[in-house]
Amino acid sequence: MALVRSNIRIAPDVYILEAEGHFAGKMGQFYMLRGWDDYPLLSRPISIHDKAADRIFFLYRIAGYGTERLSRLKPGDDVGLEGPLGNGFPQISGRVALVGGGMGTAPLYYAAKQLASADVYLGFSTEAFGVDRFTEVAQSVKVNVGGYVVDDFDPAGYDAVFTCGPLPMMRALAVKLEGTGIPLYVSLEKRMACGVGACLVCSCATKHGNRKVCADGPVFRAEEVELNDDFNIH
Amino acid sequence: MTISTSTEIAGVRFKNPFIMASGTFGFGKEYSRFYDLNLLGGISGKGLTLHPKAGNKGTRVYETAAGMMNSVGLENPGVEAFLAGELDRMTAWDTAVLINLGGGTVEEYRAGAELIEADRLARVRDNRRGADMIELNISCPNVKEGGIAFGIDTGEARKVVREVRRATKLPLAVKLSPGAKDIAEMAAMCEEEGADAVSLVNTFTAMKIDVRERKSVFANGYAGLSGPAIKPIALRLVHQAAKAVSIPVIGMGGISSAEDAVEFIMAGAHAVQVGTYNFVNLRAGAELTQGLRAFMEEEGIASLEEIRGII
Repeated sequence: MALVRSNIRIAPDVYILEAEGHFAGKMGQFYMLRGWDDYPLLSRPISIHDKAADRIFFLYRIAGYGTERLSRLKPGDDVGLEGPLGNGFPQISGRVALVGGGMGTAPLYYAAKQLASADVYLGFSTEAFGVDRFTEVAQSVKVNVGGYVVDDFDPAGYDAVFTCGPLPMMRALAVKLEGTGIPLYVSLEKRMACGVGACLVCSCATKHGNRKVCADGPVFRAEEVELNDDFNIH
Repeated sequence: MTISTSTEIAGVRFKNPFIMASGTFGFGKEYSRFYDLNLLGGISGKGLTLHPKAGNKGTRVYETAAGMMNSVGLENPGVEAFLAGELDRMTAWDTAVLINLGGGTVEEYRAGAELIEADRLARVRDNRRGADMIELNISCPNVKEGGIAFGIDTGEARKVVREVRRATKLPLAVKLSPGAKDIAEMAAMCEEEGADAVSLVNTFTAMKIDVRERKSVFANGYAGLSGPAIKPIALRLVHQAAKAVSIPVIGMGGISSAEDAVEFIMAGAHAVQVGTYNFVNLRAGAELTQGLRAFMEEEGIASLEEIRGII
């Protein structure tokens, strides 16, 4: 349980929730959030957007009843937080590019902050949000609204690429990086129930059999996972 | 007042009536990060089949009013991999260990039970602790191989229970489906065939249609409904089953508080299982156990026998 400090709308249906307290977590990890007592039944997995010594931030979009309930939280309200969960992005020394689409930009902000000199490529379908925050922590920021952010991206010279966003975007990026030898880390999103690796509702297909997005991921090497819809990876 | 929350089923002692339900608790490891599993009455492991299963494709979970549907489809490592790689970790906890066994054919069930029996004998020989009980799953709605076909018709179910009973000396609980045509008849059959207990209910076969896509949300068409939404019906089914048999009944269906558990015990259950509530509260097992003790203190109840089956 933590105290909500702020819950600010930064774009249509997009909010940043700030909670008080010292919370652990690496870039790419997530928390299960619960802004209510009984219903909806399940908590909502939301990636760490930012963290400070006594604060944690979550960027989310209203996508259904649960996130709508989250958006109603007011300063001083309690929010349930379980985590950090999942594996997170690896710490890489070298040049890292972060490629995010829409809500997929959420975990990349904390990654940009941790990596200090990342180049960031952000794609949005209709309206950009949170870009100013990235310019404060990244080496460079490129934004594409309405087009394909992967088209703007030249992989030459990078030691690793982290991505999170719509499946077609991540797939296009994987194709672009094929044969370059540059490791691509994809952060996947799936509906979850337990969030800790017990219930198997978020299984995804990988080269080594099924893996749990919540516990073995959400970050995978792109070549390990089958970036298709069979397990509804999105 | 001295309070005892313990209960016994087929000679297996449960320190309290809370067993974590199959499919919601993995094999325990994941939750052991959050609390001491030695506090639990028991754990029923993820449902196993003779051979490993990858589970269902597509969406596997969908929330409903006061509940959720799952369509995991018995993703599991198979009986052998479980016995070799998971059981020792479970038996290291001071809690009863139930192996949940599913199958698609009578032969598959029997072969699975034979592997478990062989493991039991080997452990007896080596003086190592083994599983305490088999929970025979004839009620998974999500795969043909999950046994739901057996769970509806008493005559079909009898074949499975008989074969598995022959194959193992481990205490045997049969997990029943709410889809059984006649729950009292089904429970009585299990007793006739030598089962030591029945557990009920598994999830209700349910459905969700995406009206924009004009198709079922689940690749499999149907899914299994669980959570508080099913509790009143589950309680009624447990009550009916408990009236029909003299073997112990393990009750489950939407239990989310100590008082919910007390309802099932008053309806006749020896023990209860907690499933979906583990997703709501990662420390459910520990908190419910405490809550039950507090309730018994408040109500001046010294043992569960005092309230079992009083309705």
